[in-house]
Amino acid sequence: MVTRRELDIGLNQLQDMLVDMGKKVEKALGEAMAALSNLDAQAARKVVEADPELNRIEEQISEVGARLIATQQPVATDLRRVLAALRIASDLERMGDLAVDVAKAAIRMEGQTLIKPLIDLPLMAEMVQEMISDSIRSFLEENVDLAYKMAKDDDQVDELFGKIFRELAGMMAEDPKVINQSMLLLFVARYIERIADHATNIGESVVYLVTSKRPDLN
Amino acid sequence: MSEMAMYTKDLSVYYGEKQAIKKVSMDFAAREVIALIGPSGCGKSTFLRSLNRMNDVIAGARVEGEIWINGRNINAPDTDVVRLRQNIGMVWQKPNPFHKSIYENIAFGPRYHGIRDKRKLDEIVESCLRKTALWDEVKDRLKGSALALSGGQQQRLCIARSLTVQPSILLMDEPASALDPVSTAKIEELIAELKKEYCIVIVTHNMYQAARVSDKTGFFLMGDLVEYDDTQKIFTNPSQRSTDDYISGRFG
Repeated sequence: MVTRRELDIGLNQLQDMLVDMGKKVEKALGEAMAALSNLDAQAARKVVEADPELNRIEEQISEVGARLIATQQPVATDLRRVLAALRIASDLERMGDLAVDVAKAAIRMEGQTLIKPLIDLPLMAEMVQEMISDSIRSFLEENVDLAYKMAKDDDQVDELFGKIFRELAGMMAEDPKVINQSMLLLFVARYIERIADHATNIGESVVYLVTSKRPDLN
Repeated sequence: MSEMAMYTKDLSVYYGEKQAIKKVSMDFAAREVIALIGPSGCGKSTFLRSLNRMNDVIAGARVEGEIWINGRNINAPDTDVVRLRQNIGMVWQKPNPFHKSIYENIAFGPRYHGIRDKRKLDEIVESCLRKTALWDEVKDRLKGSALALSGGQQQRLCIARSLTVQPSILLMDEPASALDPVSTAKIEELIAELKKEYCIVIVTHNMYQAARVSDKTGFFLMGDLVEYDDTQKIFTNPSQRSTDDYISGRFG
């Protein structure tokens, strides 16, 4: 008969690594946004330098997942836990890359002054940081309600993105000198909006884990 | 709807006062492999044995309910049990070839059912050995003792023997649990091949074997059929908590 011990240890490892990844991604986004608001290229470079660690954890999660499938043959809920963990890890890895993109925008603006104080972008980043921690919590608690809440949060982020887009488009129309920076800020808004999409994907993985249904929350 | 090979209706088996099988109703489609799983003592082997009336010979055993094959309820008292078993082959956990030559093991059944023509018997021997992928391995020593074969070969010989009387259903009780991994893989390949012609009901303690070879899986617990569904569904998203717990090794 199957011994659960190895499988349980492995499932706990996956959980711990995902929590760790989630915290690191949340931190990376917060720091990248702060670096952009203050145009602090040095702080931005730290975000870029921290990213390989996220990639490393993702690889480790893949390895543990593959090992569990090969040696422990998880089935039913256990199997869905492993599959969900693998998908969530790859979402988190992509989120980390997008946080790096935000940081790189700050680096590219080194030495410039902001065309306007940033208000909506930091607000958006804060909302998305909360989505990241909620998505990980919904996984840990296997909480479907919280997972579905991702879809609503994502709508709010999309709305804010629309607002930022209109504002920046208006500024570019009025003054061609701000086009360069406005484009960069618009990209940043887009990166953050994409991070929210990945958080929503995590919500989908959690719904799959609990119900085995694959909803489209995006 | 797929063609039905057999179905049971409210089948119960009692050993004395103890009810070992509780009103189990189950459909078995032709050309499908159905795995029966569950912890020891759950009734899966008892259920399998009742499908060709082998509980008849157990003192104190009593069977209620219906088993329908080819439009007949085989639990009816007027059933010719010998004819019935011609239609339902049985393969046991330990290979049990007769103490005879390979050829005689295969020819035994057809002879018993009245075939005397040597050419016809030769034909049956070859085709049954081919179906179980044994022909190339044994064609040069058909007169040799069946007991000289390896365990895996003996088991395939027993499966070949069960095919000689042209059954439509094969019952297998742990057919690979006494075999090494390579022989087990051969038996599993054979099951996949045989299901093109036969309905195969297999009892197995090896859940991964059930997952690999079967189209449908039935989970038994304390005489109840708890869940019966597509194998893929059972092993990715069973609808019953106890099924999930059992196949995940939380009990059993």
